Amino acid sequence: MGEAIVITSGKGGVGKTTTTANLGTALAILGKRVCLVDTDIGLRNLDVVLGLENRIIYDLVDVVEGRCTVQKALVKDKRFDNYLYLLPAAQTSDKSAVTPAQMKQLIEELKQEYDYVLIDCPAGIEQGYRNAVAGADEAIVVTTPEVSAVRDADRIIGLLEAEEHVKPPRLIINRIRSHMVKNGDMLDVDEIISHLSIELLGIIADDENVIKASNRGEPIVLDPNSKASIAFRNIARRILGESVPLPPLEEEEKGLFSKIRKIFSLK
Amino acid sequence: MNVVAKQKQQYVTIKGTKDGLTLHLDDRCSYDDLLKEIEERLVKQAGVAPDSPLVSVHLKIGNRYLTPAQEEEVRALIRRSKNLVVDSIESNVMSKAEAIEWMRKTEIVPVSRIVRSGQVLHVEGDLLLIGDVNPGGTVIAGGNIFILGALRGIAHAGYAGNKQAIIAASVMKPMQLRIGDIMSRAPDSKTDEGNEMECAYIDEHNQIVVDRLQLLMHLRPNLTRLERRM
Repeated sequence: MGEAIVITSGKGGVGKTTTTANLGTALAILGKRVCLVDTDIGLRNLDVVLGLENRIIYDLVDVVEGRCTVQKALVKDKRFDNYLYLLPAAQTSDKSAVTPAQMKQLIEELKQEYDYVLIDCPAGIEQGYRNAVAGADEAIVVTTPEVSAVRDADRIIGLLEAEEHVKPPRLIINRIRSHMVKNGDMLDVDEIISHLSIELLGIIADDENVIKASNRGEPIVLDPNSKASIAFRNIARRILGESVPLPPLEEEEKGLFSKIRKIFSLK
Repeated sequence: MNVVAKQKQQYVTIKGTKDGLTLHLDDRCSYDDLLKEIEERLVKQAGVAPDSPLVSVHLKIGNRYLTPAQEEEVRALIRRSKNLVVDSIESNVMSKAEAIEWMRKTEIVPVSRIVRSGQVLHVEGDLLLIGDVNPGGTVIAGGNIFILGALRGIAHAGYAGNKQAIIAASVMKPMQLRIGDIMSRAPDSKTDEGNEMECAYIDEHNQIVVDRLQLLMHLRPNLTRLERRM
């Protein structure tokens, strides 16, 4: 029996889909059977980021409406043998095509087969959000160091805390630009954590390579040298709960800063 | 003879004060007897000039409980006496429902949580929040608001119109403060200094002022009393 984790943020464009794709891939690399579920019906992206767009035949709405079985709709990512699958969202319907009860049942079914079911949540707090959260056991909130993103994250955390079947949400801070934080132009990690007061799962530095990789349909995690890749892999290991306990915030920050300082001094 | 004599041992005692009349109503006789005597003593009394000024009457009914319907009946009865009008009814007892309502309005409600964006926390009495109010979150109380944590959202104390209410917070960085029907918002320029251990209250110019917490003991000496809002 696997775990279902919803990845959500409230605000759009903070990196939910990228995070879902990369954490899924990282977990697959670590030898877990993973199924990614795109619940952004009508505006699907996860397939594109994973480079699986061309292989979609059936989608989530087809499964829910009984036009095909789940197994048939799942798209296998051939790069990872049998470890990574995607259940794509429909592009032709909208969020109201699925109800939370149907999603819950679907996720329940997938949890029998896979170690991790990662649910990519659409932006907003309407039906799409409710569908995505319905079947989840855990939640990861993604935010960026911007006041508006943190505000929406706060709202989402409030909503998630009201869901009794979801464990207390954990936080990923995405797209940190260390030099801006250092200059005081960007919210720093401590500030965000003290504001949201939930457990920090990891921080990811802003990295151009993430965009490049997404456009090529290859998750950044596949590049072992990028900063973002390492951050995603660390988060995946923390999700497994086995290898790395979350290092103290300062240490991680220091590590990151010193790395970046190194990069700059080399130049 | 004896029975008659006892009945003459009045159930209604009338006393004149500078505010009008005070009627002490016996709390051990039956309600019907009481009504009868009020009628005899007040209503049937002769010779009040029709244009004499109204006299307000305070009723003290001791350990008797009057239902709202009975209160109305007594008021109506006394009103029939041409120039008397009931101003207040004071009883030593109250119903359980009233007591609970009273408690709800005066108790301090402790809540331990974070009021996040979009959430509203509403209590009837005083609010003691152990946690933060994040931007976009709102706390509303019938009485005072005490926050052990940071107030970064909106706080509305004394929402039913109590202008004596105060808002105190360990860290005072609110978006808006409201007390009674007075509202104030944070200055647009962000300041870092001195937001710790502060309180907000309405000053003599009817404006919300934020100041050091320590001033409260002079500003609102009633705050520490049990009868805060009786």
